[in-house]
Amino acid sequence: MDLNLLLDGFQTALTPTNLLFAVLGVMLGTAVGVLPGIGPAMTVALLLPVTYNVEPSSAIIMFAGIYYGGMYGGSTTSILLNTPGESSSVVTAIEGNKMAKAGRAAQALATAAIGSFVAGTIGTILLVLLAPSVADVVVKLGAPSYFAIMLLALFAVTAVLGTSKLRGFIALFLGLTIGLIGTSTGKARLTFGEPLLADGIDIVVVAVAIFAIGEALWVAAHLRRKPLEIIPVGRPWMDRQDWGRSWKPWLRGTALGFPFGALPAGGAEVPTFLSYITERKLSKHPEEFGKGAIEGVAGPEAANNASAAGTLVPLLAIGLPTTATAAVILLAMQSYGIQPGPQLMDNEPELVWGLLASLFVANTLLLVLNLPLAPVWARLLQTPRPYLYAGILFFASLGAYSVNFQAFDLALLLAFGLLGLAMRRFGLPVLPLIIGVILGPRLEAQLTEALAISGGKISTLWGEPVAVVVYVVIAVLIVGLFVNFVRNARQGAATAENKERIDA
Amino acid sequence: MSTLTEPSTPPPSPDGDSVVGGRIVDRAQYGLAAFLVVVGAYVVYDATTLGRGFADQPVQPYAFPYVVGAVLIVLGAVLAFITSRGDRPDAEEGEDVDLSQKGDAKTVALLAAVFVVDIALIDWLGWAITGAFLFAASARVLGSRTWVRDIAIGVALSVGTFYGFYVGLGIPIPAGILDGVL
Repeated sequence: MDLNLLLDGFQTALTPTNLLFAVLGVMLGTAVGVLPGIGPAMTVALLLPVTYNVEPSSAIIMFAGIYYGGMYGGSTTSILLNTPGESSSVVTAIEGNKMAKAGRAAQALATAAIGSFVAGTIGTILLVLLAPSVADVVVKLGAPSYFAIMLLALFAVTAVLGTSKLRGFIALFLGLTIGLIGTSTGKARLTFGEPLLADGIDIVVVAVAIFAIGEALWVAAHLRRKPLEIIPVGRPWMDRQDWGRSWKPWLRGTALGFPFGALPAGGAEVPTFLSYITERKLSKHPEEFGKGAIEGVAGPEAANNASAAGTLVPLLAIGLPTTATAAVILLAMQSYGIQPGPQLMDNEPELVWGLLASLFVANTLLLVLNLPLAPVWARLLQTPRPYLYAGILFFASLGAYSVNFQAFDLALLLAFGLLGLAMRRFGLPVLPLIIGVILGPRLEAQLTEALAISGGKISTLWGEPVAVVVYVVIAVLIVGLFVNFVRNARQGAATAENKERIDA
Repeated sequence: MSTLTEPSTPPPSPDGDSVVGGRIVDRAQYGLAAFLVVVGAYVVYDATTLGRGFADQPVQPYAFPYVVGAVLIVLGAVLAFITSRGDRPDAEEGEDVDLSQKGDAKTVALLAAVFVVDIALIDWLGWAITGAFLFAASARVLGSRTWVRDIAIGVALSVGTFYGFYVGLGIPIPAGILDGVL
């Protein structure tokens, strides 16, 4: 890696104007992320339009702030309300909320914030070290390997994560269908003769609709009538013992989170859960687990943030998003004129290193701002629900409208919002759909390129060693799924007599 | 994995259930299955109308739609089958979500109606007015009963974002009927 380039990046990130944008980003990201029902992906999607038309280097640092702020906001609601905004903070809520109920909300928030800082910093360092060398390897890959890797990502995101495989594939193919719309192949596909659909549907509109509108409508249909109980925070302060019990889980969580995040089936669910189990096993106070053990907050929260840094490796080096948040980040970068991929490091070194430096700066600011501000954020949790969800609808339509200033985009927003509502009603996961919309057209493009180079010979698809390895991995996954399915079916058949309901 | 959040008992009854042969069947899920089949069929139909692309195009424009449409039809059929066998979705939980009540279709329909009015009027009235309407009317539908305050907050938000975009970001949001006033 080139240290000078990173220092240049810091020089860009640390100008007074950009520092101001970073502070603004962290504040906005935390303020929105801390609102109940809004996870990091939705925070980033809602606030993305705010960064448009700011100068790229400022937009990037503001965006980095929003990203870290949104993630921290998610942990705050988990701890104070026992209500994780997305699956990656489920584990944090287990011990965190118990700590809060025992009057240790401040310590739980502090260990989460400092753990996130430690993990985010180490994760970003690993990213700085790894991304260029991964990019060097990746740049030698041809279209067949890309095709295989994207196939793996689609398959893994759909089949490995989530409980119902069938519903995962339904969501994926709905996403692929949305991705077909447009004239990218020279023929107007699924445009209904509508010229506004010729360029395809703006993915920002799809993302905001599925995340924000779908969520608001779903909540509106099931609005809780009694208010939630919120615990006062107090001053976040950890004593010697808290520090002593936190630092090892932070590091172990980081070690677990980063590699899992960097895998094509990346995501924070597996590493946060593994970190929780590890800490419970290694703890000197196993009896406290389930009653509010600080290790159970420190480890998973670090794992969560480290895996978020890990997902940036495939995102920057291959242009491959593996989580919903990463998918929105990809959109953001494209809107700033950055096309992630192996050439990115060579073509746009200032932007990449500016982004990496911004991540460091935003991470530090998050710690500085949010430790003292925690009580303020806790008060935002009390926003009256009608205003909260009316506000989400308002900002979501502003976000979609500001893309092109066309009423047509608002109509699309409503249509996909209703789809998002139906997905929540029928338990369809959101991530495969978003990934399908993004990767579907690129899958087609890579296949076209591979076959164009080979003169139409299909065998080119397994003509590169990397592609072969990836297909073997996919085959192993399919066999594993099948074995699991057969085993479950047998067990199910054996116990069907006693059991009312069998999960498919 | 979400092993920890998986409910150990079936989720509380969503709307549209019926009991067939001792199994609880989620009838609304047949609607989703039908939707998938219809979408899949349309995608395949649309693909048949495309015709051949350029001669040097190794992957014809209709190739992907054929695959995607066919798989959607199969997925719809499988979903219908397992629904009849008593498969039920785990509806998404959340901080403000109370799954023990029946879904409130009226609120959703009213919110959608507010949105449709917003879409119909935005080109004519502009963001500042329709945005305020969107906020105040949605808050009303969601249970707020303080008209004056709702409208005041709505106007503050929409005019605030209008000037925020205009002054802060240099993007003029179309002002509609208020062109020249704002």
